[in-house]
Amino acid sequence: MTMNDFLMMRHELMLLATALILLVIDLGLSNVHKPKIYPIVIALFAIQTIVGFLPGGTEGVLFGGMFRSTPLIVMMKNVLNIGVMIILLQSYTWIMKPENREKLSEFFILLFCTLLGMYFMISSGDFLMFYLGLETATIPIAALAAYTHHQTKSAEAGVKLILTSALSSGILLFGLSLIYGSTGSIYFNDVASLYANTPLQVLAFLFFFSGMAFKISLVPFHLWTADVYEGAPVNVTSYLSVISKGAASFILILILYKVFSQLIDVWQNVLYIISVSTMVVGNLFALRQKNMKRFLAFSSIAQAGFILLGMMPGSQMGMTSVIYFVLVYIFSNLGAFGVVSAIESVTGKVLMSDYDGLYKTNPKLSLLMMLAMFSLAGIPPVAGFFGKFFLFTSAASAGYYWLVFIAVLNATISLYYYLMVVKAMFINKSDQPIEFFRSDVMTRLGLLLSGIGIFVIGFWSQVYEFISNLSIGIF
Amino acid sequence: MNILSLFVLVPVLTTLGIGFTRNLKQTRIVSAIGMSIQLILAVSLVFMYLAERKAGNAAEMLFTYDALWFPTLNIHYAIGVDGISVAMIMLTAIVVFAGVFASWTMEFLTREFFISLILLATGVFGFFISLDLFTMFLFYELAVIPMYLLIGIWGSGPKEYSAMKLTLMLMGGSALLMVGLLGIYFYSAPGGGQLTWNLLEISKVQIPIEMQRFLFPFTFIGFGILGAIFPFHTWSPDGHASAPTAVSMLHAGVLMKLGGYGAFRVAIFLMPEAAHEQAWIFLILTSISVVYGAFGAIWQKDLKYINAYSSVSHCGLVLFAVLMMNQTAFNGAIIQMISHGLMTALFFALIGMIYGRTHTRMINEMGGLMKVIPFLGVVYVIAGLASLGLPGLSGFVAEMTIFVGSFQHTDSFHRFLTIMATTSIVVTAVYILRVVGILLLGPIKDDHFLHLKDAVWHERLSTITLVVSIAGIGIAPLWLSDMINVSLAPIVDKIALAGTQFIGLF
Repeated sequence: MTMNDFLMMRHELMLLATALILLVIDLGLSNVHKPKIYPIVIALFAIQTIVGFLPGGTEGVLFGGMFRSTPLIVMMKNVLNIGVMIILLQSYTWIMKPENREKLSEFFILLFCTLLGMYFMISSGDFLMFYLGLETATIPIAALAAYTHHQTKSAEAGVKLILTSALSSGILLFGLSLIYGSTGSIYFNDVASLYANTPLQVLAFLFFFSGMAFKISLVPFHLWTADVYEGAPVNVTSYLSVISKGAASFILILILYKVFSQLIDVWQNVLYIISVSTMVVGNLFALRQKNMKRFLAFSSIAQAGFILLGMMPGSQMGMTSVIYFVLVYIFSNLGAFGVVSAIESVTGKVLMSDYDGLYKTNPKLSLLMMLAMFSLAGIPPVAGFFGKFFLFTSAASAGYYWLVFIAVLNATISLYYYLMVVKAMFINKSDQPIEFFRSDVMTRLGLLLSGIGIFVIGFWSQVYEFISNLSIGIF
Repeated sequence: MNILSLFVLVPVLTTLGIGFTRNLKQTRIVSAIGMSIQLILAVSLVFMYLAERKAGNAAEMLFTYDALWFPTLNIHYAIGVDGISVAMIMLTAIVVFAGVFASWTMEFLTREFFISLILLATGVFGFFISLDLFTMFLFYELAVIPMYLLIGIWGSGPKEYSAMKLTLMLMGGSALLMVGLLGIYFYSAPGGGQLTWNLLEISKVQIPIEMQRFLFPFTFIGFGILGAIFPFHTWSPDGHASAPTAVSMLHAGVLMKLGGYGAFRVAIFLMPEAAHEQAWIFLILTSISVVYGAFGAIWQKDLKYINAYSSVSHCGLVLFAVLMMNQTAFNGAIIQMISHGLMTALFFALIGMIYGRTHTRMINEMGGLMKVIPFLGVVYVIAGLASLGLPGLSGFVAEMTIFVGSFQHTDSFHRFLTIMATTSIVVTAVYILRVVGILLLGPIKDDHFLHLKDAVWHERLSTITLVVSIAGIGIAPLWLSDMINVSLAPIVDKIALAGTQFIGLF
């Protein structure tokens, strides 16, 4: 391998090294000294994030076409890195709790393993690598969801996640085998050129899509989401809802645009139906949630429906708007989850009614939460408005005006429940509000980063332009 | 720096400044300074505008500035004003200025209140200076969302219900609007070439008629909801009644004008063919707004509800005039926006002040207030007379122009609707005089009222500013209608041209 090949795989290699280094250090530390790993993790992952942005070695193919890299793919990985960095910072309070700190390094190692899987999945050039990446990304998450396994709900979440993902992998594999059977190849390039829209191939696509729908938790494959989100530790939930969903959306749009580009008429119809049902069902269920984690779970289902909307046109604009939206969504959702996590770690409260009168006692947290809610709802001037607007523009560019109308109506419905949170914090009065508390430096840094992201990404048009320029060479 | 950008920058800086203040005194001083600067800017903008026109500058928009923002989608930060937007900016500056002084004694969460209030104003100013549909939409939504907090936190009565209803209905409106704007964008270059969001550039092309038929209702109703078009007006009475004084002023006075302005500037101006074709549907709806709003006001017992229904009626008249699509009616519509903005702001300010003294808004619990608070009483009568269209005050100029414009249509359909709409003048007189009679005249109903104090300096400043503006337009309407007429000419030309191609349904 040449230097350039190493550079091309720098994300994967560095992350693997990081995970192994942590494993070795962990072996040498006694239980008392475990927390010392935390700064090392932050430092190593910060380097990882920064190196990811360095130019060079971005274009090329390795292992006979199994692994490929383009500037766009590098950008996708960087987007995920930013999200993971914020999650690492925000999980400080929770991970330093006495019952968690002994297995602290496991949390990070498992987290990095799943991220590694997502890297490979996004970079895959054939269905084998794709499937390997997918499984590497999924299985450790189940372990993470059951991380606090002394709590029944967490263990339950782990089991539910592993069972549903096993089922979805089965469906997906069946689809892949049909694809192989009908085209004789598993390489993306070959499959793309050999696809001829025979009924078998359409069926194969539908199986593949259903498998992916489980991962992105699209309706009607969403039923696992709320239970898992509620049961898993809140930082794992935020990882699931942001990074996992983001990575799955990335690979879905890459494969739709690259491999199934011949099938565009079919998948546009499929996306239309699934997108509408996902938005509607996600929103309607979110309306009545009392638990913040379940609430965010259903809200994230609804958001996935919006992501599908951006994929509709099958053009550069579609690609750009989806990646941009995921970036915006990472910041907004992590802002919301950051606040939920900070409050749950300190007070153990997760119900929406516990947030009554929060503004009086914790004004900064409330303001960030409000910004995050507005951003998720798509209200200007925060980034969510731009993200949603460009998704809608993308769908309208293919002439789907009614779909856009349904989507914006759904955004209005979603505004109702996002405003319910704002109402709880700012308007409702409470006899026992959450006491004032100061989070630790790391958590505050994580919250600050997401707050800045929510504010800046929208106005800073270069971000959108940058992604747009990268999206040219995808077809 | 472009003077128009200051209209957005000054409020933003003011809100930042408020963020650093420590108590009620500092907060309101910073807000007052910020909004006074804004008012001075607006006045100087009017003079600069008139001077430019006098110097022979015949460009459609003046003081333009254009910066590319999102190159791929061709989104610009494009600003510029013509006579219509100058007038609207002036109105906004006056109402916000008066609003700050009307909420001088706001003690609960003062900083947050003024920040939200001025943020709302930022959205409104930004909307009126925008030439780019994207930034226009951004500012439009920016103006709507602070309403939720303003009503929800500082409101009265069923405030949570009203705030949610208002926000969701207006956001539903922007759902329609979003579809309309996206459609306009994707058909902004039917002959090929670069798509654009720029209002002026789009006005030079003709959007294909099939698309216009589809997009016009979306755009018109989208804006119309904010202008309280029947049957989407229900947010307005609840919202206005629950909102705190300054917010009612700003909302009825300025925010509802966004609807009328947008319906005119975007929907009708850009899609005149479809507008001619579908106007009859919306004319029927707006006539219902006009009459229904007026009759609704008669039945109400709560002062704020009376005014809220009266706003539905008057704003309906704006949309009604806009749909008549001739120069006189357009002119009337814009004067009506300004006139109604000023007088309804005055009404809500007065209601807030009276409520602050009597602690009730029910008219049958009050009486004889003229004897104890003569200043507020007299101003209330002036506002009422302006509302029912007494010559010498702004309401007369506006309504007269509108009905003269509408009557230029000679067919029976338009005639009938115009006559229907004119009945609202009589009904308006009924509910205004009824309130004045019960509230201000007659014996003093309650002994507590004997100790009430008349207006203090900030209340006088707030109301006098508005009264002077109302009388100013009423006495000397020509400079205003001239300013508007010059800018209307290119718009009317385009719409009239479209009208010749379309043989009306009636």
